[in-house]
Amino acid sequence: MSLVLVQDLNKDYETAAGAITVLKQVNFTMDAGDFVAIMGPSGSGKSTFMNILGCLDKPTSGQYTLDRHHVAALNGNELAQIRNQTIGFVFQGFNLLSRTTLLDNVALPLVYSGVSKSERQSRAKTLLEKVGLGKHIHALPNQISGGQQQRVAIARALVNRPRLILADEPTGNLDSVTSEEIMALFSELNAEDISIILVTHESDIAAHASRQIRFLDGRIVHDERTQSTTPVTQAEETS
Amino acid sequence: MFSAMLGEAWRAMGANRLRTFLTMLGMMIGVGSVVLMMAVGQGAQESVKQSINAMGSNLFIVLSGSFTASGARSGSGNSSSLNVNDANAIGELDGVNNVAPISMGNAQVVYGNNNWSTSIIGTTPAYLDIRVWELEDGYVFSESDIRSATRVALVGKTVVENIFGDTNPIGKTIRIKQNPFVVLGVLKSKGQSLDGRDQDDTIIIPLTTAQRKILGNQFAGSVRQIMVQANTQELMPMVEQNINGLLNQRHNIREGSDSDFFVRNLTAVANSAAETTRTMSLLLGAIASVSLLVGGIGIMNIMLVSVTERTREIGIRMAIGARERDILLQFLLEAIVISIIGCLIGLILGITGAMLVNKITQAAVVISSNSVMIAFAVAASVGIFFGFYPARKAARMNPIEALRYQ
Repeated sequence: MSLVLVQDLNKDYETAAGAITVLKQVNFTMDAGDFVAIMGPSGSGKSTFMNILGCLDKPTSGQYTLDRHHVAALNGNELAQIRNQTIGFVFQGFNLLSRTTLLDNVALPLVYSGVSKSERQSRAKTLLEKVGLGKHIHALPNQISGGQQQRVAIARALVNRPRLILADEPTGNLDSVTSEEIMALFSELNAEDISIILVTHESDIAAHASRQIRFLDGRIVHDERTQSTTPVTQAEETS
Repeated sequence: MFSAMLGEAWRAMGANRLRTFLTMLGMMIGVGSVVLMMAVGQGAQESVKQSINAMGSNLFIVLSGSFTASGARSGSGNSSSLNVNDANAIGELDGVNNVAPISMGNAQVVYGNNNWSTSIIGTTPAYLDIRVWELEDGYVFSESDIRSATRVALVGKTVVENIFGDTNPIGKTIRIKQNPFVVLGVLKSKGQSLDGRDQDDTIIIPLTTAQRKILGNQFAGSVRQIMVQANTQELMPMVEQNINGLLNQRHNIREGSDSDFFVRNLTAVANSAAETTRTMSLLLGAIASVSLLVGGIGIMNIMLVSVTERTREIGIRMAIGARERDILLQFLLEAIVISIIGCLIGLILGITGAMLVNKITQAAVVISSNSVMIAFAVAASVGIFFGFYPARKAARMNPIEALRYQ
């Protein structure tokens, strides 16, 4: 059973000028443990696709199955629970809470899953140590560098032991050296059997993934496996 | 989970201390003024109640009518139309609890080197029962004192202060219009009446003694007033009607012609005074509530600003798994914490203010646990009510748009 299964996905937006179709008949399959990079120009639909994969947005039509959950059938609370338990988000702008210590930032998803305070703190501390920030757990986000902030964001994404990490241009705000360090961390996580989907503009960043997908005008136009880290069933090409 | 959210609310409030303080200030002023106004209003009600209790309850006063002499009409209470037998007859009526005939006037009182002009009330022991007037010391004269017109007196506190000073008056002989009277007892202080008269500036003596020795009325047995106490307030209209009927009959007054007496309902006067203060305290409370409302709107205003400012944070929280109700609770809790802390400080301010009012103006204030609890409950509800809309606005945000918000 694949982790992510997308069939005949369409997404329309209602605008003043009429309906705009952003995703057209997208089919996509991803097995657990895979590392996928999504590329494509602005407006190609890759961000919308990520939002749908992340259960932040709903498709207009089509099927999306994540970890055996039929996402279209879920209500708001169940979607929140999936975002909390199954998915970990990493954003381009890090998106840490600015007035909150690194420890509490990392522990925040656990607040919404009802974990006790002592366990929240110990799990957050372990993860901050894992990403190399064990000495700064009581610092505030604006007291550390961008690369360090992204590490904290990754720690936060990992804290609820998700099956899938969704990273939306995680290196977009970082210099090349720091970007390499962050990508190394992703590769390390992937080696620990965490599935990763990563959106990026840069091909050298995408090269860290084992499979590259390219979006154009709302369709997947290219799907290529570069490294064979896990056994993979080839995704069905569309149109 | 709840304690974590309380911590978040605390931190959010601490992030903009001046703004939080100003928001709380609205609540403080609102709650403080409600507590203060309720304290002052209830104090006024309490003092009116005390005056009413001091006067006695369910009271009528029957006054003799006026007379005309050489074309000049005297005021009511000056003719000699009422007498002791009228009083006794009224006492036989249904629903009448007690009756006291009264003759009164002013006289100069002398003890040793001191003298003092005071009001002399000649009456029966029933008068003290009706007025709920107790003795501080000594004892009341009896019915046999009335029959034999003994020269004994009960003196009020003001009189004691003015002619006795520190001397114990019991057993001492005072002179009223040159007649020696033995002081039998000292009346307990009653304070001011509703119209502001000093009720303690008086001497009570047996009715017969007053009639014969002091007030010297040419018609033996006539009295100026008869005080009548009904059994209950409900019986008062019936009793009033019966008194009118009885006295008209006794005085041979035909239907349609003027009576030579008046019946006044004293309780009605007292009740209208109580009603007035009740209305006043209600009005004060209403005005104060408006400021509480304004404080609540202040909370709503700031919470709306706060929700907008923290749109991105809301998006982040939603992306990592916050449900709608988590976001709702977070912002609601913040509004409630602000209003409850503001309320607590407002309570302290209001109570301190009420005590100051009491100190400065000597006006009675009553701070009841009831009014404090009401103020607190209202403040908490204001927090929930005005916090709910901004919190719901936060909870209903679209996570994608919230994340994109700059």
